[in-house]
Amino acid sequence: MMLHSLTLAEASEGLKSKKFSSLELTEAILARINKLNPVLNAYVTVTGDLAKESAKAADEKLAKAERVSPLCGVPAGLKDIFNTAGVRTTCCSNIIKDFVPPYDATVVEKLKNAGLVLTGKLNMDEFACGASTEHSCFGVTANPWDTERVSGGSSGGSAAAVAADISFYSLGTDTGGSIRQPASFCGCVGLKVTYGRVSRSGVTAMASSWDTVGPFAKTVRDAAMVMNVIAGADKRDSTTPPVAVPDYTKNLGESVKGLKIGVPKEYFGEGIDHQVSAAVRAAIKEYEKMGAIVKEVSLSYTKYALAVYYIAMPAELSANLARFDGIRFGSGPKRKTASLVDYYFATRSEGFGDEIKRRIMIGTYVLSAGYYDAYYRKAQKVRTLIIEDFRKAFQEVDILITPVSPFPAFKIGEKKDDPLAMYRADILTIPVSCAGVPAISIPCGFTEQVTSGGVNIEKRLPIGMQLIGPQFSEEMLLKTAAAYEQVTEWHKMKPVL
Amino acid sequence: MFDMLNASQVAHIAKLARLGLKDGEEDKFAHQLSDILGHMEMLNEVDTANVEPTSQVTGLTNVSREDKEERFCQKEELLNCTPLPLEKEQIRVKPVITQ
Repeated sequence: MMLHSLTLAEASEGLKSKKFSSLELTEAILARINKLNPVLNAYVTVTGDLAKESAKAADEKLAKAERVSPLCGVPAGLKDIFNTAGVRTTCCSNIIKDFVPPYDATVVEKLKNAGLVLTGKLNMDEFACGASTEHSCFGVTANPWDTERVSGGSSGGSAAAVAADISFYSLGTDTGGSIRQPASFCGCVGLKVTYGRVSRSGVTAMASSWDTVGPFAKTVRDAAMVMNVIAGADKRDSTTPPVAVPDYTKNLGESVKGLKIGVPKEYFGEGIDHQVSAAVRAAIKEYEKMGAIVKEVSLSYTKYALAVYYIAMPAELSANLARFDGIRFGSGPKRKTASLVDYYFATRSEGFGDEIKRRIMIGTYVLSAGYYDAYYRKAQKVRTLIIEDFRKAFQEVDILITPVSPFPAFKIGEKKDDPLAMYRADILTIPVSCAGVPAISIPCGFTEQVTSGGVNIEKRLPIGMQLIGPQFSEEMLLKTAAAYEQVTEWHKMKPVL
Repeated sequence: MFDMLNASQVAHIAKLARLGLKDGEEDKFAHQLSDILGHMEMLNEVDTANVEPTSQVTGLTNVSREDKEERFCQKEELLNCTPLPLEKEQIRVKPVITQ
C-alpha cells in the first residue's frame, strides 16, 4: 500500500496505531509533490521544511496524548486564499504576490490546533474569480485525468491536489461553484456549506453575501472529518450563526430508505452534456434501488441565477477589492509615481489581471448613480425569487440531485478569452449559492474514452453529481452522499500519473 | 436592448475604479462588458413589483458584541506589511495634492 493513496480516515488510523509516523507520511507526500507538481502546477508554494517540523511535533503529540484530533499529523495543502501566518498568501494575484500575512485565518488556526501538517498553498483563479485556474498569476493547474484540460476553478489547485494524492484533504472557497465544479472536474468530493456555517475570518473576501469555506476530500467520510474541525460560529465573523455543530461522521452508513429526492427538470435541459445527465440519472436510479422516493420538481427561476450572480457578485467584489491599493500591503507599483492617485492607478493596473479588471468595472458600473436600482436592486429582488424556489421545493422533498457542471473538464485555452462562456460553466451551481444552501459534489461516473487507430484521443473524464439540501443540512447531505459511495466504486478510481 | 458601452464610457468607469487601462484596452473591454451586461438584461422580463430584495440569506440582523478592546496582532507586524516607508509608526504615502 502506497502511503500517498490512503484516505484521510486510513492515514489517521495508521498514525494512531503506529503503522507509520507523521514524518514518514509527510516525506512521502513531499516526494510525490516534487515529482508531480511540475506537471500539474497544483501547489504555488511548497512548505517542505515547515511541514517536516509540524510532522515531528504531531508525532510527539500522537505519542503522548491519548485523545488527539483525527486530523493530527495528516499533511494537507490549502487554497492560497487562506491567511497562513508566516507563509506567503497571494490569492494568485500579482498585486499581493509577496504578501506574508501576520495572522492565521480562523479555519487555519482550528486545523493547526488539530495538528495540521501544512504542505503548502494551492493554485486558484486570481481572487477566486474564474472556473479554470487560467486566471492565476502562476498559470493554470492541469487536470490529473488529462493534463491538456483544466482542473476547474476557482479552487482548481485544491481539487487537483486531492485527486492526484498530493494532499490528503484540502480547503477551498465556493462563491458561485468554486469548490463543487473543480471537485467534479477532478473526481473528488467537495462540500459547499451553508452560508455562515464556516468562518471566513482571514479568508480574502470575494463577494461577501455569497462566500463560503469548505472541504475537498477523497471520500465523503473524510469531508465529514474535516467539517468536524472547521464548522461553527466565530466571533471574528459576524455572519456565522450560533447553530449547533453535530458530529458529521455519526450518521454515515445510515440507510436512505424513504428519503424524498427531488429532480429539478431545469437542470437536465438544453446545454447539458448527454454523458453528464446520463451519469446523474443512473445515480438517481441507484438511490431508488436503495429505497429512496424520486420525484420531479421545478425550480422555475433557475435560468435567471447567472444574471443575478453576475450583477451582485461583481458589485460586492469591486467594493472588497477597493482595499488593494498598495498602501497597507502588497508590493506597490513598479513604475515611478508622482502622486497618491497616480500610485493607486499604477498599483491596480499592474497588479490585477484582465478578469479582475472586468469584474471590478462591471461592479462599479452597476453600483454607479442611476444604475443601482436597475441592476443591483433588481438582482437582489430576483435573488429572493430564487430562494423561494428552493424553499418550496424543500417543502416537497428532502434533497435535490442535479449535475454539478453542464460539461466535463474543458481544454486549456478553450474558454479563456470568452468571459460569458466561462461564466456559463457555473449555471448549475450558482442558483444554490443564491439561496445560501449547502451542496456536495461527489463522483458519479466517467465520460467514455475515445480511441482512434490505437491512439487515445478522448481520455476518460470524471463526472460529478450535486446533492442540495436546505440550510444547515450538511449532516443529511453527507449521510446521503455516503450511502451512494457504499454501493459504487467511482471514488476509488485514480488518475494515471 | 442594451446599448453598447463605448470606449470613453469604459475609460470613465475605469477611472472611478482607479484602474489604469493600457492603450487599446478600452475598446476590448467595451466589447466584453457590453456582452456581459447585455446578458443581464434578461432580468427585466421578471416581475419583481412586490418582491423584497435579499442581501443576507440566513436572516441574521444586527450582530453585536461587547464593546471591549481586543488586541489583534502586534502593531509592528501590521506595519511591516506595507511596501512604503514608515515614519513615527505611520505609513508615508505619496503627496495627495500636487502642482
